[in-house]
Amino acid sequence: MSIAITTQTICFTILSLVILIGALGVVLLESIVYSAFLLGGVFMSVAGLYLLLNASFVAAAQVLVYVGAVNVLIIFAIMLVNKKEDLKPINDIKSRRIISTSICLTLLSLLIRVDLTKVWSLSSPNNSIGEESTIRIGEHLFSDYLLPFEVASVLLLMAMIGAIVLARRDVLSKDISTGLPVDQELIEKTSEPLLTNKN
Amino acid sequence: MEYGLDLEYSFNEFLKGFGLSSEIAHIIWLPLPILLVLVAAVVGVLVTVWLERKISAAAQQRIGPEYAGALGVLQPIADGLKLLVKEDIIPAKADGILFTAGPILVLVPVILSWLIVPFGQNLLISNVGIGIFLWIALSSIQPIGLLMSGYASNNKYSLLGGLRAAAQSISYEIPLALSVLAIVLMTNSLSTVDIVNQQSGAGILSWNIWRQPVGFIVFWICALAECERLPFDLPEAEEELVAGYQTEYAGMKFALFYLGSYINLILSALLVSILYLGGWGFPVPVELIAKFLNLPINAPFIQVFTASIGIVMTVLKAYLLVFIAILLRWTTPRVRIDQLLDLGWKFLLPISLANLLITAGLKLAFPQFFGG
Repeated sequence: MSIAITTQTICFTILSLVILIGALGVVLLESIVYSAFLLGGVFMSVAGLYLLLNASFVAAAQVLVYVGAVNVLIIFAIMLVNKKEDLKPINDIKSRRIISTSICLTLLSLLIRVDLTKVWSLSSPNNSIGEESTIRIGEHLFSDYLLPFEVASVLLLMAMIGAIVLARRDVLSKDISTGLPVDQELIEKTSEPLLTNKN
Repeated sequence: MEYGLDLEYSFNEFLKGFGLSSEIAHIIWLPLPILLVLVAAVVGVLVTVWLERKISAAAQQRIGPEYAGALGVLQPIADGLKLLVKEDIIPAKADGILFTAGPILVLVPVILSWLIVPFGQNLLISNVGIGIFLWIALSSIQPIGLLMSGYASNNKYSLLGGLRAAAQSISYEIPLALSVLAIVLMTNSLSTVDIVNQQSGAGILSWNIWRQPVGFIVFWICALAECERLPFDLPEAEEELVAGYQTEYAGMKFALFYLGSYINLILSALLVSILYLGGWGFPVPVELIAKFLNLPINAPFIQVFTASIGIVMTVLKAYLLVFIAILLRWTTPRVRIDQLLDLGWKFLLPISLANLLITAGLKLAFPQFFGG
């Protein structure tokens, strides 16, 4: 199986390089639009890594949720509010950058330490689940992971209700950020039919 | 019931006869089905373009293309050649990289989705376990390409078109996935081959359309919306947005959008026929006919015959649906954006949720009809 292993190594190298360079680009690029599109590329490459690990369901879910929903919404929001304005220069930008870099490096070293000290239980190719993983994930979600699964859905519901309250300003009499009374004229009325029966 | 042609096995055995190792044989085999499906998809697009031109002409009492080949069958090739040799223009103030990457991102996921389209028991590129879920995941990448090209064109019509396309695609993805989920619930599998096999029991009577009529209609509406066909072609509504996200595109990049939208239409039609119309199944089960005529079902001649019938049936059903889509395009008016979102969120979403719930209930009540 030397050809299969070579292919796997090549794919792994390319995917890791794309993830590393893409993630650096997301953080370091000036243009927020480029960052958002690169983020999509990073998510896709992570899905590719899942595929290499035989976790096809997780890979597809990664593409559907992170690329198809999260990243599209991020880009959507950026494009809706894409105001061309020059940001104010920050005075102590250098010291801030040093502090944030050192925090990131500390986190990285922590992760590397965990990676080196923990003994990972590697499954051999013989007992890998492969295509059956979808069934196993379903079984776990409805048995021992039922509570976290339901709690996560409650969390999403709360976020949704919050978004609706913020979007429908007519349920609030005062603006949340400024404290001023809400201008009722701005609230979108239910649309009247354009061609009403006049006769 | 594992019968059917296994071309891969025979091909590998054939190559091994020349003294090649099984690895090399596998590598030589790998690109063949991929190339075949790619060619099939492009030929399918040419046929669909010709059908679109002829049917629209008939709907408007014109003749349509008639000089290029008999009945104008070569017209799509002429169109394609014209697009190939046209100058490739990138507007001066557009963003070159994103402008080029956009159409590619639109086309690649659509072509990748052909991976799971079966034309017979073993006649597909790969019977991956996650099957239909792969298509749902891949089709969610498309809006990124549309947003990208809309933004990079540096044109307000393009940006509006891209935003509309993304909004439309996100809202119709949910009822689409829910109606697929009802089918998956009945099949107990995500694999497209299993979905077709589950419908092959009693010919036309066991097709999913009878058990999932609501799901079928919801899926078809959502598939049309995902393909941006009229009545849902708001992202490229020519009276309002010139041509939406394609406004600034010319030459081969425009052709990529064009190809992408038609390949997507054929893919959607194929998937409707696989999910609801029994895939490669003949209206009367082939095994019954073979038994009636006293023919052995496993004989090589019968195998080739049934496989050809399977391919013909799949393509026939898909093109019937393509015909309906074309007829719809030339006979219905476009919906407004608020009507589009109302239809998606306030009508199709609750209906598909109820459909899923009822399917689950029926599966518990009548396991022999709705998959145990």
